Parts: sequence; C-alpha cells; structure tokens
Amino acid sequence: MPTYVNPKLCKNNGKCMEVCPSDIMFINKVTNFSYNLEPDMCWECFSCVKVCPEHAISMRPYADISPLLSEISVVRDEKTNRIKWEIKYRDQKTTKSFEFVFRTTPWDSIRIPQGPDLSDPSLTSELLSGEGEEVLGARAPGGPTHPVETQGAKRPA
Amino acid sequence: MNVKNFDSDILVIGGGMAGCGAAYEARYWGKNLKIIIAEKGSIDRSGAVAQGLSAINTYIGSREGENTVEDFVKYARGDMMGLVREDLDYDVARHVDPSVRLMEEWGLPIVKDKKTGRYTREGRWQILINGESYKPIVAEAAKKAASEVVNRAVITHLLMDRQDPNRIAGAIGFDGRDGSLLVFRSKAVIVSAGGATHVFRPKSVGEGWGRTWYSPWSSGSAYGLVIPTGAKMVQMEVRLIPTRFKDGYGPVGTWFLYLKSYATNRLGQRYEDNREKLRALVGDYADAKPMPTCLRNHLMMEEIREGRGPILMHTEKVLDTPDKVEAGWEDFLDMTVSQAMLWASQNHEPSTHPSEITPTEPYIMGSHAVNAGAWVSGPEDIAPKAYRWGFNRMTTVTGLFAAGDAAGGAAHKFSSGSFAEGRIAGKSAVRFVRSDPDHPAEPDPAVIEKLGEEIFQPLQNYNLGRPYITQGTVSPLYLYPSQGLKRLEKVMDDYAGGATTFYATNATMLERGLQLLTMLKEDFDLLGAEDLHQLTRAWELVHRVWTAEAVLRHTLAREETRWPGYYYRSDFPKIDDAKWKVFLLSRYDPVAKTWSFEKEKVLSLGS
Repeated sequence: MPTYVNPKLCKNNGKCMEVCPSDIMFINKVTNFSYNLEPDMCWECFSCVKVCPEHAISMRPYADISPLLSEISVVRDEKTNRIKWEIKYRDQKTTKSFEFVFRTTPWDSIRIPQGPDLSDPSLTSELLSGEGEEVLGARAPGGPTHPVETQGAKRPA
Repeated sequence: MNVKNFDSDILVIGGGMAGCGAAYEARYWGKNLKIIIAEKGSIDRSGAVAQGLSAINTYIGSREGENTVEDFVKYARGDMMGLVREDLDYDVARHVDPSVRLMEEWGLPIVKDKKTGRYTREGRWQILINGESYKPIVAEAAKKAASEVVNRAVITHLLMDRQDPNRIAGAIGFDGRDGSLLVFRSKAVIVSAGGATHVFRPKSVGEGWGRTWYSPWSSGSAYGLVIPTGAKMVQMEVRLIPTRFKDGYGPVGTWFLYLKSYATNRLGQRYEDNREKLRALVGDYADAKPMPTCLRNHLMMEEIREGRGPILMHTEKVLDTPDKVEAGWEDFLDMTVSQAMLWASQNHEPSTHPSEITPTEPYIMGSHAVNAGAWVSGPEDIAPKAYRWGFNRMTTVTGLFAAGDAAGGAAHKFSSGSFAEGRIAGKSAVRFVRSDPDHPAEPDPAVIEKLGEEIFQPLQNYNLGRPYITQGTVSPLYLYPSQGLKRLEKVMDDYAGGATTFYATNATMLERGLQLLTMLKEDFDLLGAEDLHQLTRAWELVHRVWTAEAVLRHTLAREETRWPGYYYRSDFPKIDDAKWKVFLLSRYDPVAKTWSFEKEKVLSLGS
C-alpha cells in the first residue's frame, strides 16, 4: 500500500520528505505538494503517515495483491505516547480499532551517562557501561580465562 | 563542486540499531572524542527497525535464571548447522540483557508478566514489546551521544590510509539533498550499515515490488562498503529465507511461539512431524531441538514442491480470547502494517479462517537466523587465538570495525543483539583510538579526487545521453539504476538459488551468473542518474552487486548443501561435515582485483 497525498490537506511542510527511510517522498516544486516519487520502493512503513501533522498522507494497498476499498488510519501522539489504529475492511462493515502505548517516558528524557577518563583501567575490560562483573560470566571466575580450543563444534543436541 | 569535510575520531556508518548502540557506548568510554554518525536516511526512522517491532528476539534472561549464555550459543550453533563463531555469539548473549534493560529505562515499553514481574516471553528467547517507537527511542540516545549526526549521507566508499593500504582513514559519499561531496576523515570507522534486500528477485511484483520482508533501503552497504577494502568476509554463501504470511510478509513468530498456532499442508497434515526424509538428507541435524530454521523451511518447501500446498497457518484455532486477537493484530501493526491491510482488503478474518504462509526470496544479512558479514576479531577474554588479532569486532582491516548486519559469524543477534554488538564495537573503537592516538586520519588526496569524480559520473552520463532521446526511460547511452537492479535480481534469481528455481543452484549456473554479473559491473560505467535520488539508487545498486558477487563466489566455493531450505547445491546435494564443517573466508584483493578463499576451523568454546 504505497502512500498517496491529499492535496486538500498537504501544506508542503516537508516532514514526510525528511523522515522517509526509502527516500521516496518528495515535494513537487510546481504544485508545492508532496508525493510518492517511487511507489515500488515503498515499504509501507507508515513513517510519513505518522509524522504528517496535517494527516494528509494515506496508504492505498498495493494494487498487485490487494482488492480496493479497505482503509487504515493511524494517529500517533507524542504527548500521550499513544497510537490509535482504525481498520476498515473492504466489505465496509467490518471495523477493528486498536490503541497502544509506544513509550513510557517523555520524549527528550534520555540522559547520557558521564564515562571515565580515557586513562581509566576499566576501558581495557570487556565490560560495557553500566554492567557489573557478573556479565562476564561463569566462564571468567575471578578473571578472564581462555576456553579449551577444540577442533569442530559438537553436533547440535 | 561543493565539498563538506568532517574530521572525527570515530565514524559510525549506518544509524540503525547497531550504529546507535555504537555511538552510545563510544561516547561513554570516549567522552572527549569526536563521534560522527553518517546515516543514509534520517536517523529517527532509519534501518530495518524504522517501522517498529513487536518483539525483541534476543533476551537471554540470565539474571532471571531462564537461560544461560551457553544455552544461547548452543541454540545458535544448532540453528546454523554448526557454523557459528561461538565467541561472538557468547559475547552478544552476555551483553544483550543489560542492553535490553537499558532500552526499557529509556522508555521502550516491554510487556511484563503481572505475576512474576518478568518480561513476557513470546518464545524461549523472545520477549513482547509495544515497539512502534523502538527506533526513534534508541535514536534519541544516539543523537545525544554523537557529536554530530549527518542525515542523508550516502556513503559510497571507505577511504584507506595514504601510507598503509590495510588501515582505515575515513569514508566518502555525497549529500542526498544538496549534492555536496562528503569527505569523512576518521581514525576509526564502524560499519553498521544494512544487509541486503533486492539482491534476489522478490516474489512481489509491480507496485508491490518494495514489499520485501526486510526493508528495501537495506542495500547491502554492510558488504558493499567493506569488501572493496580487502577485509575478509565469512558466511556470504548463507542466505536467509524467512517464512512469512503470503504477499503481506507478516511475521509468523508471534503466531507460532506466543499464540501456539501451527501450520499444515492442504490435507491438514502437520508436515513438520515427519522427519524421516530429513534424517536421510542431513543425519543427526534433523533431530536438533529446536529444528534449525533452514530445515523447517525445507520441510515446507517439500510440501509445496510435491503439490500439497498451500501451507496454512491455523490462526482460527488459537484466537479464542480478545487478548490474543489484539496480540495478533498488534504484531502486524507494530512492524508489518501491510499484512493487516492485506487481510482487511481481502475481507480475511483470522479468527475464523487460516491464512497462507510461504517461503520468501533470499536475503543476505548478519543479524537474523544467518550470519553473513566481515570476519571480525573476537572478545579477548574468551576468543580462541585464531579468532583474535585486534580489538573486539575489528575486521582484518586496521581500525575498521563491524557490527549488526556487517559483522559475520554470530547468528541470531536480531535488533537487541545488533544494538549490543554495536555497543561492543563502540567501546573497542575507543580503545583502538586510544592505543594509537597520534596516528592521523589521512586518506590519499588523489583517491579523494578520483572518487569525487566517479561518485557523480552517473549524473554526467545522464546529461550526456539525454539529448539523444525524445523522452522516456529507454536510452542506448545510459542505464537507469532500477534497470540495472532488475537485471541483478534476475541473474541472482535465475542462477544463484532464487525462488524461481526453488532455491536450487549448481556450479554451471553459478558460473553463468558470474559471467552476467561481470557484464553488469562493466555497465556501471554507463549508469545514468537524472537527479540525486537516482544517484542514491545508483550507488545502492553498486553495493548490492558487490554483495551479489560475494554470494555467487562463496556459494560456488562451498561444495555441499549445508543449509537445505536456504539453498541447494544440486551438484553437491548432501551436507559434508568431513570437508566442509569449516568457515569459508573470502578476500577481495583491491590491487589485483581478484578473489581468494580459505577455510578456517570452527572452534568451539567447549561447552
């Protein structure tokens, strides 16, 4: 279901073009509307649909496999961190709606911890930031050890 | 031509799960270092997790006593028919749980069992998440950790040290928006770019061509960047054939593992129960528990080949509570909305009717149930000596590190393991920079000048050829990237074990494939791009062709059928442990422009 853009809603803010992982949402410089330049490289990832503040972008299922007339709509709100999906079947009668939380903390709340100086001896261990010694595993009681080297892995059990 | 120069201590190429992990960890250990992420898309929604995920497929549960890291290594080894770098998988397994807990702290919603307080298991290794924003959450950390994120940076080549041809010095490419030449000089480089879709012709057609299982923007840059440096590669012959819901490519893990659904042939038979023929083909491997992914595929393919398809997933047998119905739909809405749309468009009701599943086209990757990628140095506390020549996850090129799809040998990393592996590579890159702080990042200026022209040549080709046709896409003077891509896909599909030949190939076919691929490479001189978008596609094609060449040559060199259900060497139809229970390493010599191969022992951790 490649994207298509509703000209009554598109305000040419470029957000779809900015986010598209496949580099296929572009602004037509004559009409000032965004459009899908290369529908057959669209993964239907919905990144542009979710990010468009005007809700101008929709999906029409891939014509090659999907009969027409079904609809799906999505509203993703970064203030409530909830996403709502509405699905309408081709029969125009069956509907399904779902709502999910997509983040448990406010946006921009991640803090990057301050690490040690480059001369700190912890730099030379295999431990990553925030990990305790237990992570290195039973294989290394009281310090790193080298395992027995045997030729050929065992058959899977 | 406008040129933008970037100088860094560590350059991360590809801001997906591995790249974000790399930047985060490199910042912690290298607090004053300059760390740059070069991202082809836009980091908030880039990489294979751009759409989201409904599960984290690698969580060991060591602290909870659910599994040990040794259990995981054994599982990965069995699934890969014996060929994993156990040191690397062990390393991923010990760091993955703390990595998952870190992402939960950042705000990733992980489903928890109300009674035990533990993460809810989808399967033995998998946990359920509400992962629609998995990528933007992890990207937030990476953006804060990196000195700079350069979005829309299409990296075309790595740059080598002007004095030492086996030492990295940076990367080069172009800005996909303003067309500047981008020159990155960096003491260390971590390649965390994506695996490869659209190397083999997808089953999807026409408008739906982009509906591959893995993301279509995963253009094999993990390999296309690394191979030309002369770094050794491993397991490039093994391709992933995921089983997915037909046409929409919806994932099946939640259905099989969490909802306990099952698949049958058209006669209602549970074909996976019949292992006799499998034993004849692969011996004891048939009895591995769980059954290796490729062998499960093989059994399904046999059913289809012998006319007992379609294969049906019996969703209707398991959707008996509202919670399960919701879990089933969320699975798709979090990561493959197409499948939900396909069901809606076909008036398909999963609680009353089964749905078809099918094997897909082949994918080349290092993060899923396969382990293609660069041959990398292992962790110094546990890696056998033969697997250890530099800092952890360094390739055979000095200062060049790999993680995620780019790092070969460790299977079953998935999103969380790729992130953890990125962290490992990030710390190692800091150690490398610290070990040799005064060595400047100095690529050869002559190489930069030459590549600066070569990168934009497709734009020139188009401009030169365009006046000779009235309009349209047919020109005798240039080849559109999409035309070259279709040719590549056809060559691979016809000759290298694609879906059309039911994944079978042989030496004659592979050699013909190489001949045709060589001519496609010659036609690179005629690639035509009318704009920067097409120029991006042109270089994606080049990376895919490097990937394809490695696949063809590796497949030709390994004279056995080790992974039936992934591909078949019809001239060597059996598994051959005596000769081939080894890693196959390749090296492309950038000076002689030739490939060489060697066998490397599979060393067990002894578990």
